[in-house]
Amino acid sequence: MTDTTVSGNVLEHEEKKSLNSREFGFWVYLMTDAIIFALLFATYVVLSKNSAAGPTSKDVFELSHTAGETALLLLSSLTFGIATIAMTAGQTLRVVQWLLVTLLLGLGFLAMELIEFHGMIAQGAGPQVSGFLSAFFTLIGTHGLHVAFGVIGICVMIGQVLVKGLSLPVRSRLFRLGLFWHFLDIVWIGIFSVVYLPGVM
Amino acid sequence: MTAQRLFYRSLKPILISGTIGTTLFLQGCGISDAPVLFPKGPIALAQRDLLFTAFGLMMIVAIPAIFLTFYFVWRYRRSNQGVSYTPDWEGSWKIETVVWLVPAAIIVVLGTLVWDSTHNLDPYKELAADKPAFRVQAVALDWKWLFIYPELGFASVNELAFPQDRPLSIEITSDTVMNSLMIPALGGQIYAMAGMRTEMNLLASEPGVFNGRNTMFSGDGFSDQHFKAHAMSEADFTTWKKKVSESSGVLDAKYYLDLHAQSTANPVTYYSSYEPGLFDLILRKYAPVMGPYESEAAELICRGAA
Amino acid sequence: MLGRLTVEAIPLYSWVAMGGALVTLGGGLAVFLLITYLRAWKVLWTDWMTSVDHKKIGIMYVVLALVMLVRGFVDALMMRAQQAIALNSEGYLPPEHFEQIFSSHGTIMIFFVAMPFLTGLINIIVPQQIGARDVAFPFLNSVSLWLTAAGAGLVLVSLVIGKFSTAGWTGYPPYSGIEYNPGVGVDYWIWALAVSGIGSTLSGINFIVTIVKNRCPGMTYMRMPLFTWTTLCISVLIAFAFPALTVVAVQLALDRTLGFHFFTNGDGGNMMMFANLLWIWGHPEVYILVLPAFGIFSEVVATFSRKRLFGYKSLVYATACIAILSFTVWLHHFFTMGSSANVNAVFGIATMIIAVPTGVKIFDWLFTMYRGRIEFHPAMVYTIGFMVTFVIGGVTGVLLALPPADYLMHNSTFLVAHFHNMLIPGALFGYFAGLNYWFPKAFGFKLNAKWGIRSFWFWLIGFYLAFMPLYVLGFMGMSRRMEHYADPNWQPYLIVAAIGALCVLCGIACIGIQLYVSAKNWGSARDVTGDPWNGRTLEWATSSPPAAYNFAIVPEVRDVDAFHDMKIQGTAYQSPLQYEDIVMPKSSGIGPILGALAFVLGFAMVWYIWWLAALCLVLCLVCAGVRACDDNSDFVIPASEVARLENARLAQITPADMHDMRDFMPRGAASGSVLQGRV
Repeated sequence: MTDTTVSGNVLEHEEKKSLNSREFGFWVYLMTDAIIFALLFATYVVLSKNSAAGPTSKDVFELSHTAGETALLLLSSLTFGIATIAMTAGQTLRVVQWLLVTLLLGLGFLAMELIEFHGMIAQGAGPQVSGFLSAFFTLIGTHGLHVAFGVIGICVMIGQVLVKGLSLPVRSRLFRLGLFWHFLDIVWIGIFSVVYLPGVM
Repeated sequence: MTAQRLFYRSLKPILISGTIGTTLFLQGCGISDAPVLFPKGPIALAQRDLLFTAFGLMMIVAIPAIFLTFYFVWRYRRSNQGVSYTPDWEGSWKIETVVWLVPAAIIVVLGTLVWDSTHNLDPYKELAADKPAFRVQAVALDWKWLFIYPELGFASVNELAFPQDRPLSIEITSDTVMNSLMIPALGGQIYAMAGMRTEMNLLASEPGVFNGRNTMFSGDGFSDQHFKAHAMSEADFTTWKKKVSESSGVLDAKYYLDLHAQSTANPVTYYSSYEPGLFDLILRKYAPVMGPYESEAAELICRGAA
Repeated sequence: MLGRLTVEAIPLYSWVAMGGALVTLGGGLAVFLLITYLRAWKVLWTDWMTSVDHKKIGIMYVVLALVMLVRGFVDALMMRAQQAIALNSEGYLPPEHFEQIFSSHGTIMIFFVAMPFLTGLINIIVPQQIGARDVAFPFLNSVSLWLTAAGAGLVLVSLVIGKFSTAGWTGYPPYSGIEYNPGVGVDYWIWALAVSGIGSTLSGINFIVTIVKNRCPGMTYMRMPLFTWTTLCISVLIAFAFPALTVVAVQLALDRTLGFHFFTNGDGGNMMMFANLLWIWGHPEVYILVLPAFGIFSEVVATFSRKRLFGYKSLVYATACIAILSFTVWLHHFFTMGSSANVNAVFGIATMIIAVPTGVKIFDWLFTMYRGRIEFHPAMVYTIGFMVTFVIGGVTGVLLALPPADYLMHNSTFLVAHFHNMLIPGALFGYFAGLNYWFPKAFGFKLNAKWGIRSFWFWLIGFYLAFMPLYVLGFMGMSRRMEHYADPNWQPYLIVAAIGALCVLCGIACIGIQLYVSAKNWGSARDVTGDPWNGRTLEWATSSPPAAYNFAIVPEVRDVDAFHDMKIQGTAYQSPLQYEDIVMPKSSGIGPILGALAFVLGFAMVWYIWWLAALCLVLCLVCAGVRACDDNSDFVIPASEVARLENARLAQITPADMHDMRDFMPRGAASGSVLQGRV
């Protein structure tokens, strides 16, 4: 009997150490992702005036729509923050509630982005038209893809919180997902100020 | 230690094969033709001299490094038990200072050299000479070079000729993938890219025929994408001009489309005239913003046969 | 249903291509039959493929590297043969085939020989050098391996189904764009790079965290062995640089597959951006390949000079300098693109500055040999060969860093000779030294020294014969990548180069024989103590091969040469008062499954089989999701089992097996006069 408790302790200790490493590793991963975005930003800046025979940024950007997307994403960051606070307080149901709100906001953002893409393609401003539009769709699309993965992650985490409760590994995963979500928020602010604002100015 | 003995025993075949290798190497003739080592123009000469200077400077570090490697390996081999042995020696400020500062000093000298020479030998820089530069426009095609002579109103494929006593100023672009124009005996090379204009200024110090080619891999015909560059005396150049301007070929927009098609190992061809503004039209073909075309020729070149 | 995959993808058009396909198929079939004959499928799956043990993963990486080395070298041999005979003739290879060969040679050597070789050695050794039981993320490590293998698989498959890229290993557009290269070749290249590049990125993250978080007590940063230091530096380089490769590969794929305009000639594309993005990854990549080899040389030169490493701090700072500077020089790969003189000069000077820390390293190794007792073990012989040869490569490198000189030499065989002069001695010799040095650690017996020395001489002489003529040919104006040529003066040099390649072939054969002979006589070359060379760093404290947990008791370190210090203090080979339970990660089949899915995904993308690609992507996500929900990935080795294993090991070691440490005893006992150091 003592054997199992001893190994139980060792396991727990090892788990803490491993979760600690995971959190550090996740920061490093976010850095690599930040570099991907940095290079996509650089590409966009290089190509932003190369609209060839196609429409320019002034023709295709609609700031009110972008403002809506921005609001949804910033709000979702806030609600994820509330979910994290609830997690620290150990309130399982509140975590799930706020995660659901975040999920809906994230889905709303994705829907708006798809509508924007669809509208652009319909009016002849698809990514095949010019270097500018290729870079635009790739940068925004990569961000959108990240948000989509984040949405899947939120679904998985809601399931985990419901099934497993707020166990140590679940907390750690939720914390890392939170980092990811806030990171996407920061990237979006970059997109807003590097792509959309100068694009309509 | 068996490894020890093996090492020495293996030295003999090494020496033998080394000798054979060197002999073979020296027998390979043609070093005296090497355009980089024996350039035919002041630009290439300056580039080569820079090469030699830098090489000499680096020998200050490289020769001691190589010599010391052999010497230490020999002297401090395990079987040589008589020499001193300091197993715990972990460093020396004196040695460290020397090995950091001497290479750093050399790099400072080389760095100054780089700064000056890069500016002096900038391929875009107009060359100072008594006579104005001879202007040529070069277009990279699959897989040949088209040379346009705006001063003379004609063009040639896979042959470049220019008066030897004038600087040669080449404007370069590509109507296909990325290429790189090089005439090693005269110096340098620069990329040819579609929709972009690059420039190279060269000078030949004597009349002669030099090899030129595309050095940037561009496809199946790449190996044969070379040409001869002729630096001609005044008399020869006059004869050559006459020959080209009397040739029957006319490089109008329609014919240019044929020329643009892929072809390998094109023979030298002369065109007594070309489509006016051909070089600019080729540049414009890839320009970011396209407008209505001012002429049928412009449309043909920019949009192709379709 | 099958996209653009038709029966025409089978290379029936030429006997050389068909031969390549048949050899690949035959090789695969032979391996399959051998495993079946040995009834080894189950063992292979449970003990190896699903293993997350860093040592086994490392061994699999090295095996992959050696297999791909043979494949990449066959390419080299074919190119040398073609150029030796193709004076004013077509030789035996049509241009299209020759282009595939030089493209696959470069791609394979960089991505599927050098990268897995160094990652494998790092995997086997670094956790042991820092006194850890495993890497930070063992499962992720397995995923990295199988993604790399998937990339290698895509390159191999291109030999049988379809064609490989003809655009060179750097794949510059617009030539690699869909307009000029409509086939599947470039797509194979892109997806092989993208898949293995993600694997490498994950490895980089893994080793950053491992080295930062998993060091044993007392192992401060300035007590880490040099190999660990270089690993830390290149892991950071990988994490910073490989995302650029991913970005550029995906952008080119979008251009090709969906008609985007990142790098196209017209419609607002910009091909110069490709060159910049590629080399923002590509130049750090050079140091990613070379720095671990520098780490290996540092370990080897100290061990076989029987001396402490000279200038440890200097070497660490030099490594860090090189790592940082490697991000500031990428433009020197295209001085001839027409940048302004200011830009070219700045990048030229930055490039030369790297020569300073590199030179310092050479001198530090030199002074490690000074007043030592040098033993000519194959690993040491490779190191000496490297030091001499690498200096030559360094000199030619600085020559190319002078922009005006580069105008003359860019794209010539001089350049080809230069980078082979850096990567063969600078990287490959290091990996071979590591192979000879650490083989007993991985397998428990030593490699045959005789064949090791022979392989070295063949490699060294082969290298000089193959590449010195290329330097000369560069002066004579020969461009790289020429399928045939018209200058008869070039041919003698190219024949010598071909002889050099044959010599290297003998070197590779010697390595094969060395492995075979050593495995056959393994009983007589067993390494009982786990320390066959009287090593200095912590990896020699474990048994050979190490137990799954490496260290029964996590060691405490007091010195850079941690194990050397323990031997002097007499604390090595001591059994502790009490053993403890050890937690280890469980094996997982998800790694190889993800690798297989990535392979099929890449294949589907190459051939436009959209449904299959989508299916694979969904399955990848499912795998990741399953793994993300797994709270039960560890198991416990009870203390009693640890005690049994350790006692059995220590019982085997007799005092006669241990190394004589009298030479190293502080002062007095040393056989020569003692020079004052900074002890």
